[in-house]
Amino acid sequence: MARISRRELLKLSGGGAVAARTGGLASILALKQAPAYAQATTIHWLRWNDFVPASDEVLRKVIVPECAKALGIKLNIEMINGNDIQARTTSAIQSGTGPDVICALNNWAQLYPESVIDVSDVAEEIGKAQGGFYEESRVVANDGKKWIAVPWCVLGAQLAYRKSWFAEIGYEAPKFPQTWEEYREAGKKLKAKGRPLGQTVGHSFGDPPTYAYPYLWSWGGKEVEADGKTVTLNSKATVDSVKFAVGFWNDAYDEGGLAWDDTSNNRAFLAGTISSTLNGASIYIEAKRKPQVYLTETGTPMWQDILHAPLPRGAAGQFGYHLPMSNMLMKYVKDQKAGKEFLRWITSKPVYQAWFDSQQGYSVGATTVWEQDKLWENDPVMLPFRTAARAGRFPGYAGPADRHAAEVLSKYIMVDMTAKAIQGMPAQDAVKWAHDEVARIYAA
Amino acid sequence: MAVDSVVAARPYVSAPRRGPVTRVLENERWFAFFLLLPTAVLLGLFIAYPFVKGVLLAVTDAKVGVPGNFVGLQNFAVLMNDSIFRVAVWNTILYTAVTTVFKLALGLWLALLLNRHFRAKALTRAFILLPFIIPTVLSTFAWKWMFDPTFSVINWTLFHLGIIRTRINWLGDPGLALISVMIVNIWRGVPFYAISLLAGLQTISPELAEAAAIDGARPWQRFRYITWPLLLPVTMVVVLFSVIQTFADFQLVYILTGGGPANATQLFATYAYQVGVGTGLLGEGAAISLAMFPVLLVVVVVQLLYIRRVETL
Repeated sequence: MARISRRELLKLSGGGAVAARTGGLASILALKQAPAYAQATTIHWLRWNDFVPASDEVLRKVIVPECAKALGIKLNIEMINGNDIQARTTSAIQSGTGPDVICALNNWAQLYPESVIDVSDVAEEIGKAQGGFYEESRVVANDGKKWIAVPWCVLGAQLAYRKSWFAEIGYEAPKFPQTWEEYREAGKKLKAKGRPLGQTVGHSFGDPPTYAYPYLWSWGGKEVEADGKTVTLNSKATVDSVKFAVGFWNDAYDEGGLAWDDTSNNRAFLAGTISSTLNGASIYIEAKRKPQVYLTETGTPMWQDILHAPLPRGAAGQFGYHLPMSNMLMKYVKDQKAGKEFLRWITSKPVYQAWFDSQQGYSVGATTVWEQDKLWENDPVMLPFRTAARAGRFPGYAGPADRHAAEVLSKYIMVDMTAKAIQGMPAQDAVKWAHDEVARIYAA
Repeated sequence: MAVDSVVAARPYVSAPRRGPVTRVLENERWFAFFLLLPTAVLLGLFIAYPFVKGVLLAVTDAKVGVPGNFVGLQNFAVLMNDSIFRVAVWNTILYTAVTTVFKLALGLWLALLLNRHFRAKALTRAFILLPFIIPTVLSTFAWKWMFDPTFSVINWTLFHLGIIRTRINWLGDPGLALISVMIVNIWRGVPFYAISLLAGLQTISPELAEAAAIDGARPWQRFRYITWPLLLPVTMVVVLFSVIQTFADFQLVYILTGGGPANATQLFATYAYQVGVGTGLLGEGAAISLAMFPVLLVVVVVQLLYIRRVETL
């Protein structure tokens, strides 16, 4: 084995580093090896455990080696429960050490603007190259002046429903209830047959808010005006929406939903106890992955009996709140350049494609270019997810998706407004309670 | 001879040369200080420092990544107008009071049973400890499954025994949800009481009870006038520890309900976490945690005074 002296090593690594820093990709290619500065660099990426396990496999088995090859960066991906990411982020920021890149859900980036690096250059470049970001992705990752995170994806939320059961009550596919009144009537008939609709109104970060907010918006209710200060929740539209929700709950829903978390409706649907639920595509993907396990009452694979539809429309329109995710590059990171290079690389179309394909439509890209991807030709059942993010709004609407919006969201005030009314509190009182809580938060 | 011996021994007596460290350690006060030093450092690092840091955070408007400015008692004033905080206060007091009573009663009953002689006594004692040994997160997930609105094994059993006709919404009904988390807390806490009280029972000489029995005392009288007074100091210490732990309980509720439905099971600790970590308002979160302190302090002081009084009787 040839020995390399300390002086030679310094010369080599210095040359590589300088080439990488000054000459960019062309220099790296000319050297025919990853830059020496990067060879010693490790990026620690903290993410959630994906609801599509195949995607985690792609990250580990494809992306990690590719990253080492292309950037010379050793990628260390840590996957934890989504509910625990904020605790890890908090301790990392407070202690000044931790993961280099953290994949934030919702608008968490807005909670830590002082602790993340301005990634405007990366985000602008990606957005420009990929047809622009969805509005929902933009508002959670941009503080109005700069990009504080690079948008990663949007988890589409659609109603997963049992085709044959809806056909039995007169909704032969592709016909599906278009308004809340129609959906309630359909649910009433289905519940009478022991096949209620299912929805969680408990304390869990995903499904409860992604239902509660669009429902409110579709009735014309909103937390705050565009100025981000004037709280307008206590309105006739909101009270009407809550009154309707109570009757709707009793008529059509599985009462167990008050105690459900984000996985409960998946289990209930796959067990055949509910007929329709707002969810990501994970129910369908799981049913398709295990056709022998998940069967209908007639013994056929359940995935063949599942279709998707958007939430019904109300007097004010039809909306969705699709969980956005974005990658924050933390300020305590020493090698910020490598961090940005990684974000640029992982979000670039050829690299992102492998992960996007593995999602099978469970999440759409944060940029509009992914609407044109061939993936959508594979399975017509997944098509409602393709453009779902276009109708997406984020909590805090019509104001900014700022810290106040995050506090209202994390305290489940919109969810609890409905839950309280379902539990017997008069609708006006429930709305007033929620309004006062929101006003208190926005006044701070 | 005797004189020679004394002369020969003299160099030995005067031989030891004491260094400065030895000289300091020979002073009892310094020796005690050095013996206590490791404990004091550990207590300072892991108890005093976090506590002081918590107090300092509670009087600032610190956010995650932002040190914040001194705001006095503003965070506490904000909490006074916070309806969720008021619910959390009430829930925590109720949760602690009810579970403590049940844990004490059941734990004492179990301890009295386990104090008797029977076959497989050691095995039974080990079995009783299981809820305490299993990691709380793991056992709570099992309970979550048992309380599941759709797949509850409890509901299934009650239904098939003909006891119920419709399912019980354990974690969905606000009243039942709080009762459900209490049940899990009691299940987990009883072994601690049972084993601690059993240790206390075993220090009581059986001769006292035997003498009382010969004098005609009935079982209840023997318990009331002999066992209970002698067990009281241990009981008070166990209750003290338990109250502190229960007051600050987090894991059970976080896993079972996340504080829902509609904050029906929200406790101090879960709300402090929601505000401090969920929304990054560290100052406000610390203030919620610190709001527990005066209540706990009163409980601790009253109990310690009572223990001292019992011990001096």
